Amino acid sequence: MHPRLVGTIVLAVGLLVPLLISAQGPSPTAAYRAPRTKDGKPNINGVWQALNEANWDLEGHGAAPGPFWQLGAEFAVPPSLGVVEGGTIPYKPEALQKRKTNFADRMHLDPEVKCYLPGVPRAMYMPHPFQIVQSTDYTMMAFEYAGALRTIYMNKQQAPADSWMGWSNGRWEGETLVIDTTDFNDQSWFDRAGNFHSEALHVVERLTPASPDHLNYEATIEDPNVFTRPWKISMPLYRRVDRNAQILEFKCVEFAEDVIYGALRKVPLK
Amino acid sequence: MHSRFRSSMRITIAIALAATALVPALAQGQKATKSWSMPKTPDGVPDLQGYWTNNSYTPLERPKDVTKEFYTKDELKVVEKAAAAREAEQTEPGTVADVHYDFTQFGLDRSQTRLTENMRTSMIIDPPDGKLPAVTAEGQKRAADRAAERRAQGAQYDKVQNIVLGSRCIFMNAGPPMMPPGYNPAYQIVQGPGVVMILIEMLHEVRVIPTDGRPHAPASVRSWLGDARGHWEGDTLVVETTNFNDKAAFRGASENMKVVERFTRLSDDEIRYQFTVTDPSTWERPWTAQMPFAKINGPIFEHACHEGNYGIANTLAGARLAEKKATEDAAKKGGDATKKTGDK
Repeated sequence: MHPRLVGTIVLAVGLLVPLLISAQGPSPTAAYRAPRTKDGKPNINGVWQALNEANWDLEGHGAAPGPFWQLGAEFAVPPSLGVVEGGTIPYKPEALQKRKTNFADRMHLDPEVKCYLPGVPRAMYMPHPFQIVQSTDYTMMAFEYAGALRTIYMNKQQAPADSWMGWSNGRWEGETLVIDTTDFNDQSWFDRAGNFHSEALHVVERLTPASPDHLNYEATIEDPNVFTRPWKISMPLYRRVDRNAQILEFKCVEFAEDVIYGALRKVPLK
Repeated sequence: MHSRFRSSMRITIAIALAATALVPALAQGQKATKSWSMPKTPDGVPDLQGYWTNNSYTPLERPKDVTKEFYTKDELKVVEKAAAAREAEQTEPGTVADVHYDFTQFGLDRSQTRLTENMRTSMIIDPPDGKLPAVTAEGQKRAADRAAERRAQGAQYDKVQNIVLGSRCIFMNAGPPMMPPGYNPAYQIVQGPGVVMILIEMLHEVRVIPTDGRPHAPASVRSWLGDARGHWEGDTLVVETTNFNDKAAFRGASENMKVVERFTRLSDDEIRYQFTVTDPSTWERPWTAQMPFAKINGPIFEHACHEGNYGIANTLAGARLAEKKATEDAAKKGGDATKKTGDK
């Protein structure tokens, strides 16, 4: 084919592609510009929630039975195409072994069973809504699950100590809120499948408004103690457009006390 | 901590407190002048943001032997000193309280945190006698029923559910109303468009209060912290909370309790916090209390109370061990008796 003709075709296709995409609605690459807060930042205030099965297993998985046969189909594992870019989490061999034992003993080890704080990024895709409140110096995230909370410092601050939810500093890069979180303890998990990290965890998240009612969310996860290289998850987060949507109270400590302390009752549970 | 070191540290802290105590006094003095004006958020409402404390020795109800509404500065000093001494005595080395930990370590006792300046002899300002109103017959019956129910559940350490809520990391000073806790009275207020957030450091509690005029959640939705709705009356944030569960039971209240809180910023350094509790099935009339919130330095930090709660497991395990030992001791006594009889 004549080189000039190839060039023309490439040019024509190049012109057509954005037209086709915009005809199908906004794509992640289309430049959606969010409404602004009074101090000029993209406005992402509101109640948001992931609509996927990442909390069961970040990696793609088929449907599976729940942990106890007595629960029947109600608590069975819903299937998922997965949210990990490339499909697989790049574990070091010994860490992969730990993931397996975590999963085998999940009803004792998963922090969610005990109503412990969910950590990051798990808090972002648990099957509960969370609310973003933007102030000038802070972007707050209040999670329904366990009343967990993230304070994202928009004026960079140093972590005083390690914690479950880590220490988050945020900044705006154009339309994207970039959150850099460090200073985690090694206690939280990424999901019910036993995916885990060490206290060297470093998470960089990017939240980009993609329409009035959804954000594109991605998180790059780095932990040289557990993984061979940084890896990334991505998913949309949806606005809870329900009338008067609000996060409600899910203080789950009460629900987990007998799992944790039941064996220490004077009259043991049957 | 060695008591001599402790008292010398006290003096240093007392000096530091005396110095900081001047700050609100100055700020109040400036109120009369026109130098201070209400700060506003970018959305144009009064800006209450920052880190705050309601640390106080002021009791909710006026003490029996006090008849006046306000102390003099000298009287207040004596009252606070006595209260601080009582706290310190709780944790004298070698006492039972000291087994937990020395309460004066880590700045846990109130005398080591910034105290709000409150000349009032009680938080309650209405009824004017500074006391809670009389409890209704229904309220008395409920209190008796709850006590009977607790007794039916057995002794405190028979199971985790019998232990007080604070020790279980379930419910402390988030209220509402937000009463000063025994220690660590640290709060942060953050405001976004149409919402005020109050963070309570203890138990990492958050109150997310919409101020956009939406109605309350349906009456069937009950919770520990209730359902809060805010609005602005002039420069005052008014928050009405309903939909409580029947377990929070503030001062014996029922789940029908309604709390109306009023937050008014008086200076850079002070918010006046007033609340009215209405619960006709518990008290014969509504009652109102007031206390200051004073500015403190941040940040507040994640209080993962439940996650680090070794106390509950250890206490329950201790109780089971004590029972086992008592059974063994009894068996040994019984066994000895049997042996003697058998010998005959």
